[in-house]
Amino acid sequence: MTSLARHALLCAALWIGLNCAAGAQVDIRDVLAAQGDVIAKSSRKTIQPAIDAVATSGATQAQEVLERWQSKSLWRRKSDGAFFYVEDAPDRAVQPIDIVTGAQVGPPVAKRDFKQIKPNSGIRAAIGAALVRFQLLDPDPTRRTEALDAIERDANPSHLNALRGAIDEEPDPDLAARKMRLERLLTIRFDEDSAARIAAIEEFSGDMGLDVRATLNPLVQTEIEILPAGAQRDNERYAGILSPGSDALPRAAAYDLLVENGFAPARLDRAEQRAVLEENLSDGSVAGFEVASLNLQENRDAAFAALVDAGLAEARADASQINTLLQAHIFAQKYVGSDLAVIAAALTTLASIEQAVAWNQFLDLGLDGLSLASIYFLAAIGLAITFGVMGVINMAHGEFIMMGAYTGYVVQLIIPDYTISILVALPTAFIVTFAAGVAMERSVIRWLRHRPLETLLATFGISIALQQIAKNIFGTQARPLTAPDWLGGALVLNDVVSISYIRIAIFVLALIFLCFFLYLMNRTRLGLEVRAVTQNPRMAASMGIDPDRINMLTFGLGSGIAGIAGVAIGLYAKVTSEMGADYIVQSFMTVVVGGVGNIWGTLLGAGMIGFLQKGIEWLNPSNTLAAQTYMIVFIILFIQFRPKGIIALKGRAAEA
Amino acid sequence: MADVSLTGLPNRRPFALRYPSVLVFIAALALFTLTVTFLSEAMGNGAVSTSFLKTLGKTLCLCLVAISMDLVWGYCGILSLGHMAFFGLGGYAIGMWLMYARTEIIVTESLANGIIPPTAEEIRDGIGTQIFGVVGSSEFPPIWAFAHSLPLQLLAVVLVPGLIALVFGWLAFRSRVTGVYLSILTQAMTLALSLWLFQNDNGLRGNNGLSGLQNLPGLDTVPQATVSLWFFWASALALALGYLVSAWLVSGKFGSVVRAIRDDEARVRFLGYPVEGFKLFVFTFTAVIAAIAGALYYPQAGIINPAELAPIASIYLAVWVAIGGRGRLYGAVIGAAFVSLVSTYFTGGQAPDLNLGFYTISWVDWWTVLLGLSFVLVTLFAPKGLGGLVDLISERKAPNRRGAPLGPDAGALREEEAET
Repeated sequence: MTSLARHALLCAALWIGLNCAAGAQVDIRDVLAAQGDVIAKSSRKTIQPAIDAVATSGATQAQEVLERWQSKSLWRRKSDGAFFYVEDAPDRAVQPIDIVTGAQVGPPVAKRDFKQIKPNSGIRAAIGAALVRFQLLDPDPTRRTEALDAIERDANPSHLNALRGAIDEEPDPDLAARKMRLERLLTIRFDEDSAARIAAIEEFSGDMGLDVRATLNPLVQTEIEILPAGAQRDNERYAGILSPGSDALPRAAAYDLLVENGFAPARLDRAEQRAVLEENLSDGSVAGFEVASLNLQENRDAAFAALVDAGLAEARADASQINTLLQAHIFAQKYVGSDLAVIAAALTTLASIEQAVAWNQFLDLGLDGLSLASIYFLAAIGLAITFGVMGVINMAHGEFIMMGAYTGYVVQLIIPDYTISILVALPTAFIVTFAAGVAMERSVIRWLRHRPLETLLATFGISIALQQIAKNIFGTQARPLTAPDWLGGALVLNDVVSISYIRIAIFVLALIFLCFFLYLMNRTRLGLEVRAVTQNPRMAASMGIDPDRINMLTFGLGSGIAGIAGVAIGLYAKVTSEMGADYIVQSFMTVVVGGVGNIWGTLLGAGMIGFLQKGIEWLNPSNTLAAQTYMIVFIILFIQFRPKGIIALKGRAAEA
Repeated sequence: MADVSLTGLPNRRPFALRYPSVLVFIAALALFTLTVTFLSEAMGNGAVSTSFLKTLGKTLCLCLVAISMDLVWGYCGILSLGHMAFFGLGGYAIGMWLMYARTEIIVTESLANGIIPPTAEEIRDGIGTQIFGVVGSSEFPPIWAFAHSLPLQLLAVVLVPGLIALVFGWLAFRSRVTGVYLSILTQAMTLALSLWLFQNDNGLRGNNGLSGLQNLPGLDTVPQATVSLWFFWASALALALGYLVSAWLVSGKFGSVVRAIRDDEARVRFLGYPVEGFKLFVFTFTAVIAAIAGALYYPQAGIINPAELAPIASIYLAVWVAIGGRGRLYGAVIGAAFVSLVSTYFTGGQAPDLNLGFYTISWVDWWTVLLGLSFVLVTLFAPKGLGGLVDLISERKAPNRRGAPLGPDAGALREEEAET
């Protein structure tokens, strides 16, 4: 088998070599002279043989001739029909140049003695297609890439051979791989030999490239064939049967198909019926029916039937007839292609591709869910800490997120380098929101201890004030927070799975904060004191811990994290004064679902909400609004079963 | 002896005499209504323009929804962040009939010009195209099934929000969700409702909402000045009735239990009262009041869209009640009327800008900031709100517990919050 293939390759190489060797003898001028009249006529319908003759002549000048022809600089001498390139000369004259030698031919002659060949756009495109075979072997890699792009955009059968001849000489391994892949695809589309096509189709089994699907799908295209009910069918030729009234074939469309194919009379359109009745109105009645009585459909039907009986209108199908006719026919999906073996192979390969795509979409969905979960985690972790430790609902948490994002924006205005500005913005945002959080705790929240509902309302008051202040300072339009270049773009695994680097960065940031908080809470003095105050503030106070100080620090810390989350969120969404409000309810959901006062709970809550939202979006892809609605309903139901969240505090701490 | 009758029951004085504030309120409302009526354009006097009359009518509706908020929050201790959603649902329910009936008249008139009279189906198709053209549809969604009938839609005004409140409340109270958790859950419910309404394929015209509600079907000849006056009267009547019913409800034993639930839910449960049932009743009843208020508000506003149901609206409702003084019905009315009218004044651009020399404060921009901060100040320093001023006049004093909590639980309400 392999020796046979090698033999075939050798032959092909020899053939090309011979052709090239023979090219030295072929004079392009003879070729042009033979096709002269066709070229001069310049008609899209008849030009193809002339282009092919030039392109396949094997003459070394063939490519240049085609390019000159395409760029309208090929001229023909009227006296003898010979072709030349020309240069402009003074006094409305031109200087002819020999096509082969490139030397000037004689003195300049009057322009009127020559005719410029002006190919129209259709011909220029045909020449371009013929030029592809030369471009595929062009020494310049960018030109070879362009040629491949052109073939991918718009391939024709002639490209297949050109491509096959151009693979072996390709020095660039990337381009060679691309050429080989394209060759396989073109084989599927244009090869005469079924076995070769099937072999190529089978090679693509499980390949998720869009180009493969674009190539295979036309092979298994079907058209609807109408057969009388009970007709014998050769099952292999049909993909299946559509029943009228299904989503793929509504009843109206099915009946329209019957009418189109002459199997049924036209349907009675209500508007048309009305028009016919109006036409036949005489003396205030239509076929014996008073006009006033025609406000009922059955009277209109009767009047129309009377008109048909009288020969004044064409008979039309009514509802029962439509029903009978639809039942009397079956709507079979027949494959358009004729080669059953190819169709079968394409179906098998498409099925394998579909399965691979489904798995990868699942993976992609998982990545999306993960990145959404990390965003929710970042937005909620600060809230979870203040809520868990102090029992304080901070409605202004979303505004701290916004404040962090605007801090990032302002830092970018001052420091133009995006990388440095992000590195500066993260700690700055933390400091700004930490300070704001401490100020708020000292001035407001401290005085409302044990009054959680009033805290909620007071922080809400702060929230609307902050939102409006941001609006007054920065305006209502969205401000950009630009990510540095190394965060631009996306990590593309294949045509289905990709994830932008910003989302990866947010995921990493969430991971860092998870580790940081686990360390802080479990391994440091501050964490110990925070946990003590969470469990029993009075006992903690009698052990020498200052609950006031802990509360202040916790609140500042929670707010500071919100600021950093704001920078992260601002990188992938726009910075507006309302961005905090967009996240606040989801953040609360995360905290409530996860369970108050527990980092793992927040993580689980964020994970659940993130994956759930993406999962619902996947079930109902057209509608993110609906996904959010269903998710909230789901959470309300979830609270029924675990009112204290996934991880509930147990013991006395739960009562505090 | 004088206080006890032969049956052993206390010889109770009439309701109105025991609660003079109800009489004062009804009298003030009646006086206000009469004054506005005589000054309105419909009575030939231009002192109150039609647009201002509408604003006043809308304010009365807001007072009514504030009363419902006060019942559920100030008396029962449930900080619901969803009552503006019920308000909006009431508006949608009545808006569907207003829009359908008016479009029906227009479509019938235009089709009647044809040679052949239209069939019922043709009229319905025409209405569908008119109403749902903006969302690229002409089919009537199932939720419009009753839109042709005023009685059925009026029933929907009460039933739809009532049922939603009933189901939601049953789920929430049954699983003992209380306090801030419950507030967040109600906020989530509101968000879910408004997100659902924002969708184009839900059959309620997506974010276009319902419009043209100020035109009463079949009454095109009646000038807007008169229609506005009718709605003003209806709003005043609804407010008076709502106030009376609410005052009666909280005056008796029912009111005592509800207040006890607010102050110490566990203790009331141990005394044998079905706490969940009381809470569910208050929640559903107030939702229905809110819906009725909404059904009167939106025909005066003329348009309703999903943004009206956004969570922020419900929080503003809590702000009104808190500023007015919760736990007293007139406080809610004062708060809603005062804050909404002052807001209209400042955000409407009528307020003169304040020039500080280095910076000009434009009230359209800074009013929300002022509102937010004053809200914080009220919460911090005047938990009784504006209604507390009444106490200064009536010299009512609470027993001084020096701010001690009322219950054994650390989270229990403090003495100064327990005012009724």
